[in-house]
Amino acid sequence: MRFLLVEDNISLAKVVVDRLSLDGHVIDHAKDIATANEYTATTEYDLILLDIMLPDGDGRDFLTTRRSKNYKTPIIVLTARSEVSDKVSLLDLGADDYMTKPIDFSELEARCRAVLRRKGDSVQTNISHGNVSFDPVAATLSVGKEHVTLRTRELRLLELLISSPGQVFSKSKLVDRLFSYDQSVTENAIEVYIARLRRHLVGADISITTIRGMGYKLEKSIIL
Amino acid sequence: MKKPIVKGSIKRRLSALLTIVAAIIAIFLYFLIQSVSRQIAQSSQDNILLASATSIIDSSRFNKGELSIDLPYSSLSMLDTVTDERVFYSIKLDNKFLSGYKFLPKADAFETNNIAYLSGNFLEQNVRVVTVKRFFSISGQPVALEVSVAQTLNGLTKTLANTSRASLVVGVTFFIIAAVLSFILARSAVNPLARLTRSISKRGPKDLRPLATSVPTEMVPLVSSLNSLMLRLEKSLTRSEDFITEAAHRVRTPLTVVRAQAEIILRHLDKPKNRKHIKEIIRAIDESSRAAGQLLDHAMVTFRADNLVLEKVNMNQLISDTVERLQPVADLRDISLQYQFFCQANVVGDTILLQNALYNIIDNAIKYSPVDSTVHTTMLSSKKTYIEIKVNDTGSGFTLDEPSRLIERFKRGENVEGIIGSGLGLTIVHEVIQAHKGKLEIENLVGGGACVSFFLPSH
Amino acid sequence: MRFFFLAISLVFANLTNAFEVEERAFFGNQTGKSKLSIISTADIKYFAPMIELFLERYPNYGIDYSVVSSTDVMKVMYSKKTSYDLIISSAMDLQVKLANDGFAKTYKPNIDITIPSWSIWNNMIFGFTQEPAAIVISKTAFKHDHFPRTRQELINKLRENPDRFKRRMGTYDLRRSGLGYLFATQDARATETYWRLTEVMGQLETNLYCCSSNMIEDVVSGEIDIAYNVLGSYANNHPLSDKYVVIYPSDMTTVMSRSMILPTSSGNERSAKLFIDHVLETVFVSSTQRTMYNLSLSTYEENSLNRIKLGPGLMVFLDQFKKQKFLAEWENAILQTEKR
Repeated sequence: MRFLLVEDNISLAKVVVDRLSLDGHVIDHAKDIATANEYTATTEYDLILLDIMLPDGDGRDFLTTRRSKNYKTPIIVLTARSEVSDKVSLLDLGADDYMTKPIDFSELEARCRAVLRRKGDSVQTNISHGNVSFDPVAATLSVGKEHVTLRTRELRLLELLISSPGQVFSKSKLVDRLFSYDQSVTENAIEVYIARLRRHLVGADISITTIRGMGYKLEKSIIL
Repeated sequence: MKKPIVKGSIKRRLSALLTIVAAIIAIFLYFLIQSVSRQIAQSSQDNILLASATSIIDSSRFNKGELSIDLPYSSLSMLDTVTDERVFYSIKLDNKFLSGYKFLPKADAFETNNIAYLSGNFLEQNVRVVTVKRFFSISGQPVALEVSVAQTLNGLTKTLANTSRASLVVGVTFFIIAAVLSFILARSAVNPLARLTRSISKRGPKDLRPLATSVPTEMVPLVSSLNSLMLRLEKSLTRSEDFITEAAHRVRTPLTVVRAQAEIILRHLDKPKNRKHIKEIIRAIDESSRAAGQLLDHAMVTFRADNLVLEKVNMNQLISDTVERLQPVADLRDISLQYQFFCQANVVGDTILLQNALYNIIDNAIKYSPVDSTVHTTMLSSKKTYIEIKVNDTGSGFTLDEPSRLIERFKRGENVEGIIGSGLGLTIVHEVIQAHKGKLEIENLVGGGACVSFFLPSH
Repeated sequence: MRFFFLAISLVFANLTNAFEVEERAFFGNQTGKSKLSIISTADIKYFAPMIELFLERYPNYGIDYSVVSSTDVMKVMYSKKTSYDLIISSAMDLQVKLANDGFAKTYKPNIDITIPSWSIWNNMIFGFTQEPAAIVISKTAFKHDHFPRTRQELINKLRENPDRFKRRMGTYDLRRSGLGYLFATQDARATETYWRLTEVMGQLETNLYCCSSNMIEDVVSGEIDIAYNVLGSYANNHPLSDKYVVIYPSDMTTVMSRSMILPTSSGNERSAKLFIDHVLETVFVSSTQRTMYNLSLSTYEENSLNRIKLGPGLMVFLDQFKKQKFLAEWENAILQTEKR
C-alpha cells in the first residue's frame, strides 16, 4: 500500500518508514502540513498517517480542511492522546481512526485493514491466480465457486505467504508476524493455522508447501 | 467538599446592632418626650395658677390701713375649666392668715419676681401651689401680702397619661419602623455578597475568567484576591495540562522509535536466543509505554473528575463506539467482541472519562482472555434509576480476595503471568465511576472468567 | 332625777348640735339591715316620690329623711358629730365647698346611660335637677295689668306703684338661706339691675324669708303679692299654683342644680351608692321625672338662662371678705327702715 506519513519528528518518521517498508509498503514522508498538501495534490495515497502536533499548525485543521473539501483518502491520526481538554472527538473531525503512540505496528496494520475495508472499493488489492481470488482487505478467499471469509490470523498468514510466492518463511518469523510480543506462543501454533489454510485451499491453484526444517512457502501452480 | 466553618452572620449582627440602636433611641425618645411634655404641662398649669393668684392680688385694696380683697369670680373658676379640680387659696398679710384655707402650704422658693411654686400635699391630695408676694406701704410701713393658690392634679395627671401614651406610641412606632428598616438595610448591605456568589456559582467548572460583577469598595480587596487566586489556579491548571500533554508526547515519541527499531532488528535476527532477547526488549517497551499511558490517563482522570464536563451521554452509542474501536485489537488475538442492550439509556456525565473507563475495562478483558474467546458487554437498566454495564470474559478470573484490592493503585492480580499491565487500569475505572456517583463491582464468574460491572445513575 | 338629766342632756345636746331639723320622715322598712339616712334641704313632699320609687325597686330598705336648712347642712358636716349617708342640697356653692374641703367621697356612678357633663363635678357632686329661680306673682295682684317679664319691668312697676306694693313683697333672707345667697350673688354677677331692684325692694320694706315654700304659702294666702327668686319647681308643684303666675325673667333666669354628695363619714356607703344610681337613672331616663325636676327648659331661650355651673368659682362668694362685703351691701339696701 501507499502511505503518506505526516510527522515532524525526524527520527520517529524514519523508523516508521523503515518499519512499514519491511512489510512491503511504500511510504512518503511529509514533515509539515504545507508539504503534506503538496504531496496530496500530486499523488493518490491509500492511507494517510497524521500526527496531531505539527510545526505549522494543528493536525486537526488539516483534517477539517480535507474533509470540507471532501477528500476521500482515509486518515489515521497518531496522537500522544493525553490532551486533557479534548472535547471534540477526533473521529468527529473526520479522522477514520486514531492510534496512541507508541505504535504497535500489528495493531496499526489491523486498523489500516479495518479502515480500508470500511472505505470500500477504492483500493485494488485483489490477488488472483487461476481459480483463486484473494482480497486481503475484504478478507475473502474464493476457490472456484467456494467463498470463505478468513479469520484474522489466517488472513495475515496467507497475505504474508502470497506476497512473496516461493519464499520460505521460518516458523519463528511467522510467529513474529502473527502474534503480539506479549503472547507466549509455541511454533506449533503456526502448524494449526497452516493446516486451516490448507483446508481452504483444497483444489486451488495455489498451495502451501512444507520445507522440512526450514519453514513454509506458497507455490502457484502453473496454469495451462 | 468540606463545609466552611460558620461563625455568626453579617446580616444578623448588623440587624441586631441596628435594632439595639433603634431600641436605645426609642427609649431615649420616650423619656425625652415624656420629660418635655411634663415640663410643658407643668408650666401651663403654673401659668394658670399664677394668673389666678395675680388676679386675686390685683383685686386687693387698702382702705384706711384696712385690706380688702374682692376675689374675682374668674380667679377660681379659671382653674376648673378643662378638668374638674379642687381649688385652694390662702391670703396672708405679713404671715397673718386672712382668708381662704388656713393650713394651705406655701411655696417659698422665691425668685426675683416674687413668685414661687411648690408641689405638695393638702387634705390628702397632691397639689401644685403658687405663692405670689407683693409689697405695700401702709402709713410708711412695708407690708407683705402673700396670696397662695393651689389646685389638684387631675388635669395634669390626665395630660401626662395621654402624653405618656403618645410618647410610648411614638417610641414603639419608631422602634418598629427602625427595626424593619434595619432588617432591610442589613439584607441590602449583604446583597453585593449574594450577587457575587450568584455570579460565581453560575460559572462552569472551567470558567476561571476574572470576576466582572460590580462590587462596593469594601469588597474590592476580596474580589481582587479571588481574581488573582483564579489567575494562579488557571496558570497552574494550564501548566498541569501542558505538563501532562508535554510529558505524554516526550515519553511516547521516543518509545515509538525504540519499539519500531526493535521490531526491525527482530526481523533480521535468526538465532532463537537473540530473538528471545529482542522480544523481551519489546515487551519491556510495551510495559513502560502502557505504564506511561496509564499514569497519564490516571492524572487526566483525577484532574477531570473534579471538573466534570457534564453532558447527556448516549450510553448505547458509547458502548458500540468503544467496542468498534477495540475491534482491531481484539482481532489480533482472534477474540470476538459482542454487545447486547436490554435498554435505551442516557447518562449525565463526562464523555471522555466514561469512554476511557469503558475502554479500559474491555481492553483489560481482551488482554486476559484466551485466544478465540468472546468478551461480552451487556447493558441493562436496574430499578429505573440506575443502569448497569457488565463486561464478561472467559479468562482466568480474579483470585478470590483480590477484587476490592485491585482497585488500589498499582495492585495487580496474582495470575497475571506474562501479561503486560501497570496495575492502574481498574484504579482509573474506579475513579471515573466514583466521580459519576456510580458503583463498580468486580467478581468471578461461575465456570471461569471475570465480570466487571458498573452502575451509573441514569438520566 | 333621771328625767331631769335626760332633759338637761337633751337641751345641751340641742345646744351643742345647734341645728334644727325642720322635718323628718321614715320610709320603708326601718327594722332591716338595709338603711339609709339622708340629710336634705328639699321638702319631704317634694322628694318623697323619688324615695318611693327607690323603695319600689329595693323594698328591703329603710330611709330616714331629715330636712334642714343649707347652712345647717354645713354645720352638721363640719361638726363631724352626726353621720349621714347622703347629703342633698340646693346650695350649689356650699356643696362645692363641702366637696372641696374633703367631705365628699368620689364615686363613679354605675349606670349604663350617659350623664350630661354639667351634672357631675369631680365625681363628688351629682346634680340631678335644673330648677330656675322665678318671680311668683299673685293673680289677684295684677288683674288688669301686664305682668312684668323682666327685672327692669318689675322695677318700673314697683316704682310706679310704691304704695300698692309696700310690705307686699317677699324674698330670701340671705343671712339665713344658702340658696337665697346663691341666687342673689348670681343675680348680682349676671345682671346690672339686681342692686337697683334690691334698693327698690328695701324701700318697699320687703319681707325676708328663710325658704321658698314659705314665700309661696304667703302668696297663696294673700299675705304677699310678689315673691322674688323663688324656686320655680316648688311654685309649679304647689297644689294651689293656679292662684299665681310663675315668671322666669327673660333678661336672665338663674337655674340651679340640686345635687347629692356621698359623705366620707357615711356608714352605709353601698346603700348610698345605690340611691345615687337610682336618682340619676330616674331623672336622666324617665320623662315624667324629667318634667318634675325640670330638666328640659326648652321653652325658654337658652341665652336668657344662667345655668349655674358646679365648680370652685362658686367658692368665691363664700370667701369671708367677699361675703362680708356682699352681705353688708345687701343689708344696706334691703333693710332701710328700722326693722333690722
